[in-house]
Amino acid sequence: MKNVIVKERARKIPFKIYIRNTWQLYLMLLIPVIYMLMFRYRPMIGGVIAFKKFNVFAGMWNSPWVGFANFKEAFGSMDFWNALVNTLILNVGDLILGFPVPVLIAVFLFEIRNLKIRKATQTILYLPNFLSWVIISGIITQLFSTSGLVNDLIRGTGLREVNFLSSPFIWRFVYWFSGIWQSAGYSLIIYLAALSATDPSLGEAAYIDGATRLQRIAHVTIPQIRPTISIMLIMQLGKIVSIDFDRPYMMGNTLVKSAADVISTYVYSVGLQAGRFDFATAVGLFQSVVGIILILSVNKISKKMGQEGIM
Amino acid sequence: MGEIKSKAERRFQLFWNTFFIVISIVALIPIIRVFSMSLSSKDAILAGRVFLYPVQATTEAYIRSFQSGSFVSSFIFSVFLMIGSTIVCVIMTVLAAYPLSKRNLKGGAVIMTLFVLTMYLDPGIIPKYLNVKDFKLIDTFWALIVPEALSAYNMIIMCTAFRGLDSSLYEAAKIDGCNEVQTLFKVALPLVYPTLATLALFYAVGRWNRLSDVLYYVNSSKLYTVQMVLKQLIESVKLTNDEGIQTQLVADNIKAASIVISMSPMVIAYPFIQKYFTKGIMLGAVKG
Repeated sequence: MKNVIVKERARKIPFKIYIRNTWQLYLMLLIPVIYMLMFRYRPMIGGVIAFKKFNVFAGMWNSPWVGFANFKEAFGSMDFWNALVNTLILNVGDLILGFPVPVLIAVFLFEIRNLKIRKATQTILYLPNFLSWVIISGIITQLFSTSGLVNDLIRGTGLREVNFLSSPFIWRFVYWFSGIWQSAGYSLIIYLAALSATDPSLGEAAYIDGATRLQRIAHVTIPQIRPTISIMLIMQLGKIVSIDFDRPYMMGNTLVKSAADVISTYVYSVGLQAGRFDFATAVGLFQSVVGIILILSVNKISKKMGQEGIM
Repeated sequence: MGEIKSKAERRFQLFWNTFFIVISIVALIPIIRVFSMSLSSKDAILAGRVFLYPVQATTEAYIRSFQSGSFVSSFIFSVFLMIGSTIVCVIMTVLAAYPLSKRNLKGGAVIMTLFVLTMYLDPGIIPKYLNVKDFKLIDTFWALIVPEALSAYNMIIMCTAFRGLDSSLYEAAKIDGCNEVQTLFKVALPLVYPTLATLALFYAVGRWNRLSDVLYYVNSSKLYTVQMVLKQLIESVKLTNDEGIQTQLVADNIKAASIVISMSPMVIAYPFIQKYFTKGIMLGAVKG
């Protein structure tokens, strides 16, 4: 009722008085809006150099148009495909290996009754989330290098040492492992919160009906947090062609270039290091467009399947 | 199910309690390892005698790290940058979120859409770099603050917090003669303080940890953050490895000490700020 009255009144206020009451709000908004236009939307316009032959001296507008030449060059370049495929491989691996881990930890952590252990586990697993990828790569190097802890343990059992950081194939697993270590705690907190919102009486009913614990987890607990799981999955699927810069850049090294070169590091090295702005912009634009199409379609599919969308 | 105390249940609890204790310890091993290496002597590390506790304990590596001028100055610079960047980010976020939290603000919905779209439309590294260049910010202090000065995601969280306040408070402030600026400072901000603190911490941690923009926008070493200096330190050894030279430019214990120093602000603050972050995740997840 109250809201309706307030709205009615707002509609009747003359423009002059409306401005007198709200001009300060518009003044506050002015700075962030100008900022957004200048630092978020202006670069989007700058994306046109993907269709130009960019000349630093002529500037963005006076450089000649070349149509899709930069894109054609990208699609004909081995390095581009290598970066794209690597991006997909690393992201799919994160999804397959990394996605289930926090779900499983959360489900079993929720079953244990010692709250101290539950809380401590949650706190400890969340800690690596606060470390930068520079730090994590330093720590990972010290763990997995030939003189690192893991190889010490392997040698201790009499086996031969493993070149974790110089074999592209094995390096990928180190990359995926680092992702689990860094981010499982974050998702874990989300799942635990979802679990504590579930109805315990359903599990009790299933127990009385003679369901085993695993049956209860599979048929009662997990279905109750399925909306959360599917939203997390949608978000990760939507990002499958885009990749953060810091993580692959820091985790990679020259020996595993063939596996560690991804779109973000490729754009950095061709664009900012080699100075091919137009070409690198085209690669980045391709990634952004595919990314948006993916987010929209994943969102649509999930809504069709009766799940909540993210938008 | 608190009453169920069967034998199987006790065995289950024992197994999973042990399991999670082990998992926690394993998750901590990388950090314990780097910590013990930083406190061990160079010789003990080369001989492979360091496992999970310091051998021939010495603070030599820390002393050497602190003696290296570039590391100390970058650490101090990073602290200032983090504080400055957080202040700018928080001000920008509040400036945008407070007006947009008013549901009857004319044009508010359009501006909100303008903000939300930036979460999905990514112009890419190069156009962003050229934009920063156009504003003559390359290789300046501001290049490390301005391009990331406002996150639409955090702004929405802040907006939700303002909307969660009882509207009668705003009415009361208005009747008492407060204008919008006074209402913001005297009524709204003190009440959304927990959310504000959480977002400030998000911004601060993000700034402390980010490497990419230092690589993109900055050349001179006086603007290097601690992450950038640490990166060079770590990579100085990688390079020698490629050339097959066995001598290390930077000894492992000094690298470890530098890693420990770089992560110390986060690790020390973590127990105190952890609950804010846990809450912060949930703030975002409500919308999610």
